[in-house]
Amino acid sequence: MAEEVLRLEKVCKVYNQGEPSETEVLHDVDLRLEKGEFLALMGPSGSGKSTLLNIVGLLDRPTSGRMTIKGEETDLLDDTEITRLRGHTIGFVFQDHHLISAFTALENVMMPLLLDRGFPSPAIRQRALDLMTRVGLEKVANNMATNMSGGQQQRVAIARALAMNPDLILADEPTGNLDSKSADSVFDLMREVNRESHTSFLIVTHNLDLAKRCDRIIDLVDGRIAG
Amino acid sequence: MNRVLPFEWVAAVRFLREGHMQTMFIITGIAIGVGVIVFMSALLTGLQANFLKRVLTSQAQIQLLPPDQVARPLRFGPGVIESASIQRPSQRVVSIDQWPKIRDRMLAMPEVTGVSPTMSGSALAVRGDANRAISVSGVEPVTYFRIVRIPDYIVSGEARLSSTDILIGTELAKDLGATLGDKLNIQAASGASVVLTITGLFDLGNKGANERNTYVALRTAQSLLGNVGGVSTIEITVNDIYAAEVLAQQIQAANRVQADSWIKTNAQFFTAVQAQQTSNTLIRAFVGLSVAFGIAAVLVVSVIQRSKDIGILRAMGASRGQILRIFLIQGGLLGFAGSLVGAALGAGGLVYWHSMVLQADGTELFPLILERQLFVTTAVLATLTGLLAAMAPALRAAQLDPVVAIRG
Ligand SMILES: Nc1ncnc2c1ncn2[C@@H]1O[C@H](COP(=O)(O)OP(=O)(O)O)[C@@H](O)[C@H]1O
Ligand SMILES: [Mg+2]
Repeated sequence: MAEEVLRLEKVCKVYNQGEPSETEVLHDVDLRLEKGEFLALMGPSGSGKSTLLNIVGLLDRPTSGRMTIKGEETDLLDDTEITRLRGHTIGFVFQDHHLISAFTALENVMMPLLLDRGFPSPAIRQRALDLMTRVGLEKVANNMATNMSGGQQQRVAIARALAMNPDLILADEPTGNLDSKSADSVFDLMREVNRESHTSFLIVTHNLDLAKRCDRIIDLVDGRIAG
Repeated sequence: MNRVLPFEWVAAVRFLREGHMQTMFIITGIAIGVGVIVFMSALLTGLQANFLKRVLTSQAQIQLLPPDQVARPLRFGPGVIESASIQRPSQRVVSIDQWPKIRDRMLAMPEVTGVSPTMSGSALAVRGDANRAISVSGVEPVTYFRIVRIPDYIVSGEARLSSTDILIGTELAKDLGATLGDKLNIQAASGASVVLTITGLFDLGNKGANERNTYVALRTAQSLLGNVGGVSTIEITVNDIYAAEVLAQQIQAANRVQADSWIKTNAQFFTAVQAQQTSNTLIRAFVGLSVAFGIAAVLVVSVIQRSKDIGILRAMGASRGQILRIFLIQGGLLGFAGSLVGAALGAGGLVYWHSMVLQADGTELFPLILERQLFVTTAVLATLTGLLAAMAPALRAAQLDPVVAIRG
């Protein structure tokens, strides 16, 4: 049996609970993700995809329900443990790449390692350089993060997400702001990484062609998993 | 990226560098505040040191007088302390009872470094048609000049005092039209008079003293003032100048004399120093406050501008503590950098001021005293102020909800 990376059981998310503006964004969501799986999450705008990703990424907590990451019960963890678990097991790729503009591309890739270790070191630098090579950007590694094309920045973001060798990469519309050629190549890159290192992916996308190339597609409609 | 600095430091420096406009403006603001403090503090130290030096080389630290004769500092207008020379009732010169015994007792005290008996009184200096009221001090040159450095203030001639010599101030010489080697007729109120030769002209740096003060040999003054063998004052120097008042009180309690310390006769100076120090402290506090608010304002804005960065850092595993430190360090760095620039500004300003503002005779108005301690204290205080000011914005940054922060 394959190793389980993520499990959600009856996860609900309610915003503004108890107020007139109360909205239930996620409703009894069950989800399982195995090691090496490459999953597409689809659904209309406002259906709760980003909310789900934030919960899985430990940036937000569910209102009710259970979630385990690599077998660890997350609602029992305190803030420090959550931060550590997030840093070590999850990588993020956001729609508008979100590199930190005060740093070079290479330094952005080093960042998760720096946050974990505290100090820069030649080993961290080398790992970041290897990752930049892996995403084909070793030549522009020392460019300032913002001094690159959108596709390049998204590749840097992927390299950065890989820095801690996470079990799961969460990508919220990673190709949403790219032209179709760049989108294809960024998607291909993620798929390659997935095959080589067996990192699980959970990708939100509106692009059906790309979604079809994933292992599995999940449809979220009004906060419920459809089908 | 720097090999030794912890990540928080690198991030703090990068964020400050990226927001260079804000950073430059706030550092300039801090520097101006710190510069004013450094300039003002160093100037005050210099002026005080100058005054102290003048007082301590032109005046004994304790004066013993016959009982019930009150010494008062001379004042030339409100708030202005001029010389602390002492005016006595002009007609009658009272001697200290059994002064040799008291002198010997003073010499035996371990705290006392110098003792000199003097006889002082009022007289008239006459030369041709001109005459001026003067104060005559009869002194033993060897002991007296160790206490009051008349030789240091001699501008022409020498500080020699045989029984027919007199040292006068430059103003008196001008008033009488007299010069070195001229003879002056000195007349006491009693009618006694003596003719003395001017052997030296001094400038005590004070017009009143230069007009009135004259120095003659002790015996000359004693016979002129009709009190042979008597002394009107015993001048004393001590090893700890700030203990002078306490010592004076002890001496007065144990002897039949009135003992006045320089601290008492210059009470106004100490009041002025106190007032300056109080206002200096107030100014420091208010400059510190405005620096703190300036830093806090800049960092609050920076936290808002960087909320996306903060959210990403959190998503990448940054702890609240790490975010907190990034912003605290920024505050500390701003304070520190501002204090460095400010100290340079203040010191530079003082050096300039020192070279531009001179006394009438071209000598410096105040000694240039730039103590390392002033800079260290200022830098430490400014850095602490920066850290404290950064507290609220840094806490705010650390408490940002990463979901909200990333959404922007
Ligand atoms: N902090 C919040 N407070 C209240 N409502 C929210 C909040 N965040 C998201 N929502 C709402 O939750 C719903 C789902 O949002 P989201 O997860 O961003 O959807 P999607 O990513 O699928 O477009 C939307 O209706 C949105 O308005
Ligand atoms: Mg979304």
